[in-house]
Amino acid sequence: MNTNKIKTLQLSGLEPLIVSPESNFINIGERTNVTGSKAFLRMIREGDYDAAVAVAREQVEGGAQIIDINMDEGMIDGAAEMVKFLNLIASEPDIARVPVMIDSSKWEIIEAGLKCIQGKGVVNSISLKEGAAAFILYAKKIKRFGAAVVVMAFDEQGQADSFQRRIEICKKSYDILVNEVGFEPTDIIFDPNIFPVATGMEEHNNNAVDFFNACKWIKENLPGAQVSGGVSNVSFSFRGNNKVREAMHSAFLYHAIQHGMTMGIVNPNMLEVYAEIDPVLLVHVEDVLLNRRTDATERLLELAETVKGDGKKKEIDLSWRENPVQVRLKHALVKGLVEFIDEDVEACRHLYDRPIEVIEGPLMDGMNEVGDLFGSGKMFLPQVVKSARVMKKAVAYLLPFIELEKGGKPSSAGKIIMATVKGDVHDIGKNIVGVVLACNNYEVIDLGVMVTADKIIQAAIDQNADVIGLSGLITPSLDEMVTVAKEMEERGLSIPLLIGGATTSKVHTAVKIDQHYSKGQTIHVLDASRAVTVVEQLLGQKRDQYILNLQEEYEKMRVHHANHYQNKKLISLQEARSNAVNLNFDNVFKPKNLGITTFSDFDLKLLVPYIDWTPFFRTWELHGKYPEILSDEVVGTQAQSLFNDAQNMLQQIIEEKWLGSKAVVGIFPANSIGDDIEIYDLDGGLAYTQRTLRQQTKKASGQNNYALADFIAPKGKGIQDYIGGFAVTTGHGIEAKLKQFEEDLDDYSSILLKSLADRLAEAFAEYMHEYVRKEIWAYAASESLENDELIAEKYQGIRPAPGYPACPDHLEKIGLFELLKVELNTGISLTENLAMLPVSSVSGWYFGHPQAKYFGLGKISKEQVEDVILRRGGDFDKDKVWYNSIIQE
Amino acid sequence: MSIIWKLLQEKILILDGAMGTMIQRYTLEEQDFRNNYFEQHPSSLKGNNDLLSLTRPDIIKEIHRQYFEAGADIIETNTFSGTTIAQADYNLSSFVYELNFASAKIAKEVANEFTDKPRFVAGSIGPTNKTASISPDVNDPGFRGVSFDELVVAYAQQVNALMDGGVDLLLVETVFDTLNAKAALFAIDEVFIERKEQIPIMVSGTITDQSGRTLTGQTTEAFLISLSHMPLLSIGLNCALGASLMRPYLQILDQKSPFAVSAHPNAGLPNEFGEYDETAALMALQIKEYLDKGLVNIIGGCCGTTPEHIKAIATLAAQYAPRPIPNNFS
Repeated sequence: MNTNKIKTLQLSGLEPLIVSPESNFINIGERTNVTGSKAFLRMIREGDYDAAVAVAREQVEGGAQIIDINMDEGMIDGAAEMVKFLNLIASEPDIARVPVMIDSSKWEIIEAGLKCIQGKGVVNSISLKEGAAAFILYAKKIKRFGAAVVVMAFDEQGQADSFQRRIEICKKSYDILVNEVGFEPTDIIFDPNIFPVATGMEEHNNNAVDFFNACKWIKENLPGAQVSGGVSNVSFSFRGNNKVREAMHSAFLYHAIQHGMTMGIVNPNMLEVYAEIDPVLLVHVEDVLLNRRTDATERLLELAETVKGDGKKKEIDLSWRENPVQVRLKHALVKGLVEFIDEDVEACRHLYDRPIEVIEGPLMDGMNEVGDLFGSGKMFLPQVVKSARVMKKAVAYLLPFIELEKGGKPSSAGKIIMATVKGDVHDIGKNIVGVVLACNNYEVIDLGVMVTADKIIQAAIDQNADVIGLSGLITPSLDEMVTVAKEMEERGLSIPLLIGGATTSKVHTAVKIDQHYSKGQTIHVLDASRAVTVVEQLLGQKRDQYILNLQEEYEKMRVHHANHYQNKKLISLQEARSNAVNLNFDNVFKPKNLGITTFSDFDLKLLVPYIDWTPFFRTWELHGKYPEILSDEVVGTQAQSLFNDAQNMLQQIIEEKWLGSKAVVGIFPANSIGDDIEIYDLDGGLAYTQRTLRQQTKKASGQNNYALADFIAPKGKGIQDYIGGFAVTTGHGIEAKLKQFEEDLDDYSSILLKSLADRLAEAFAEYMHEYVRKEIWAYAASESLENDELIAEKYQGIRPAPGYPACPDHLEKIGLFELLKVELNTGISLTENLAMLPVSSVSGWYFGHPQAKYFGLGKISKEQVEDVILRRGGDFDKDKVWYNSIIQE
Repeated sequence: MSIIWKLLQEKILILDGAMGTMIQRYTLEEQDFRNNYFEQHPSSLKGNNDLLSLTRPDIIKEIHRQYFEAGADIIETNTFSGTTIAQADYNLSSFVYELNFASAKIAKEVANEFTDKPRFVAGSIGPTNKTASISPDVNDPGFRGVSFDELVVAYAQQVNALMDGGVDLLLVETVFDTLNAKAALFAIDEVFIERKEQIPIMVSGTITDQSGRTLTGQTTEAFLISLSHMPLLSIGLNCALGASLMRPYLQILDQKSPFAVSAHPNAGLPNEFGEYDETAALMALQIKEYLDKGLVNIIGGCCGTTPEHIKAIATLAAQYAPRPIPNNFS
């Protein structure tokens, strides 16, 4: 009931059109306009209404979500034609399903139109042009007709042409509408005037920037209002050069939407895909739009000369095709080019006696070079993964011929079983390692995710594997790896065991895993680039010496670890509690909306600005901060190339809807009792008691031992406080796409998609947190931060996630999921080890107190573990395993 | 403003049942419709039920009384066809003021007989028999049988008369064309401004069949959005469907409406004789599903329902909390 009460612009034809933060840019059809379309004017003038209605139908079928209708022409009876046309399309359900925008500068035409529409339409437009009195009169009438309104930034002095004038007029119009007329703020749409740029007149240089800034200002200062505009105006100077105009339109929209423009009159045929704009043209266009350099106009004009006509085809250097076929194969492998691979492999096959020799010869030569370049830091992971894709395709092409002559498989350097352990679903890192190993002629048998110890070991035995590699991301996986090690010992295995994944570490491997597996060596592998070296050493000639060194190193770590923790004593739980922080709760902000709000099929486009790219590059082992990494001396070119691929795929993800998104957020009354947080339902009943953990390391004086419960008002104080929870996912439907990539032998795209989906989920969490701060809980309604500020967490409140440093207790996820009915509301489920499925999901709590901050819990005592299990009513022996990674021994 | 806003937060209010069904029980003759007022009228008047408020007020009052006794908090005036447009078929447009005034007055008199709890009279405003959104002529889809302006004039007249007669609420009901309803709301707004006086407005639409749309093609949500510009007391659905078939559309209103939600479904679908024969118990059983799901704030009956139905519904509804109304209305 009332899952989403957020006020927003709502329009209707026969069907509703809700303009919510999660909806796409609203496209307004523009062809049913006698001032903008000569063809349409002719139809109306000649009374060819069948053709005129067909124009409207084409618009709707072409994706227009609102149709703008304009009959302002001196030679026709505007009001009569408006009525006639509206009545005609009212009888066409496939047109009438969308809302109507009645577009006229004459009030009598607007009024005549309003009397014909049963849905909630939009009047386009009114303004302060004739003064406040007329403006108020029209606004009152529009309100009585139940329509929304476009307000032009126009007053008695004329059209607003600067940022200052735009915001002054919009603010004045808004205040009059809301305060004097009683207009719903959400029914106001501003058109802050899109003017041409690159006109050659200096005063026009900042036109687009002023518009963008006005959009942003309106979004931030005139709550509820939408921003619209006619986009084609901006490129007026380049009439006749559609290539430049298309690029200008999409670049303009790209920036305008980011600044808060939500709808507009756009001709979809005059729009290039932003990511597909020629990079050089884009830079020139954006120089002009963003007024980035004084000579921007001249430079664009100059460039425009060269891109006239259809310059869409890029010159591709194909001179390498003239080389001998072996050289071509190597080139394709090193450059990661798949276009000609089948053709070249086929040609090469005839040069050798046996097809297997193509693999063992030129292909392996090429891969060796890739391996060397990667090893020496001259190639980077994304390139290696692309090379692997070429190799896979080449091998796949040859396999039928190899089988035909029963020549057996090519010899491999070693056989490696890889798996993400039971209860865990994260596999990007594992897949990358697999690809890199495969590139180096290892045979990789990937068992996938959530694989039990038994299955891993059985596969190793059956396949006579040389190495087992385990991967995992969540902390319970660390224990699962111990289980695998123990079982390997029991089953008498002696092959090396590789450990990798974000939460794994050399220390953990040395202290917790290694000693359970005495017959073979356990090795922590920091990242994919080390994997090959490690495996080579383990299987090579000097294997014994290598293992001896490792054992020595791990033993040292164990001793150091034991000493370190003996010295680093924890304080008692009681002491820690008495050093809790006491915050002031006098100004608790009562949330605007309590209870649960759900979101589905969120428009991923809105998340793009919220993406934190730095971790994305880290996934690909390109280290550096975004955006500086793109111009980094060493990895810059690769980072840029990967980034381009990511942008292209992102565009496809969005446009072709590869990923389904869902979210649930909930805000509830809450109070703390000691380290617990009681969360109440809306009737005041106890819905859930959250158990938080308290830091127990000894603090310097003046420093506190934090627990999350400290951020919630204590129950005894008689202050009603609040807590929130959330779960978001952008991972629905990813499997189908991954399967397709797998069938195409395209690991690169598969890993790229997974890493992007993860970034989108994080961006979604960031977006929802902002939305909650500004709209749902609304304690920071006027907050306005750029993305880098968001990433730097410069906002009030935190969103700690169970399983992460501030609340490493994964068991809290169960309660969170029940409280928000996460599985029902979002389709996210929990595995037995409490990992979330789909993988690209984020869940956590919201704390709104201004002093709430992130902290790392660190190690805690067995006493506290017993205490928290007891508080929850659990069984110590059964539940303690969940705390293994944080308990101090 | 009326205490009805407050009552709505506390309990589910009960609306009355069908007027026409009850009038049929009296097996009236042509003379009953003429009695003292329309003796000389040249054409037949039998079936023009609104006239009975003038010619047989005893019967109309008796029906109102039965509904109040059955537990109704709100009864509707006998004015479903009380516009110049609807009465034009009988050449009785000039009697519209009197019909509405008298209907409001007698309903109010009956309401005043009950002092145990607040009883309300809602001025019933029907859809008229013309539609502003559809052409009556299939060969000329741009033509309209009635204009927005004509509807506004007719509705304003009815609203003024109802308010003069003392109604507590206005109920724009059986909306099959949202444009007609928009004209009604436009007229109401004008009248309120002229009279410097406002009373709560209820709106109730009709989803004609299981396509889930109004006669003029709108979905339930589009219908809601199109009429949300006025601060309504409630929005709801009535007629055409029985309670079970109406439920999915009511759920949409429950989810989306910022106003209170009302429902007065028919007693099932008509049988082969055109009669509604769903029993009170059977209907109450379906209404129970609304209540279990917390869908409504106001519940009553339309075609085929009787005081027995209303009694069964009222008894049931008393045991349930009302649907929580989003807090953004005054």
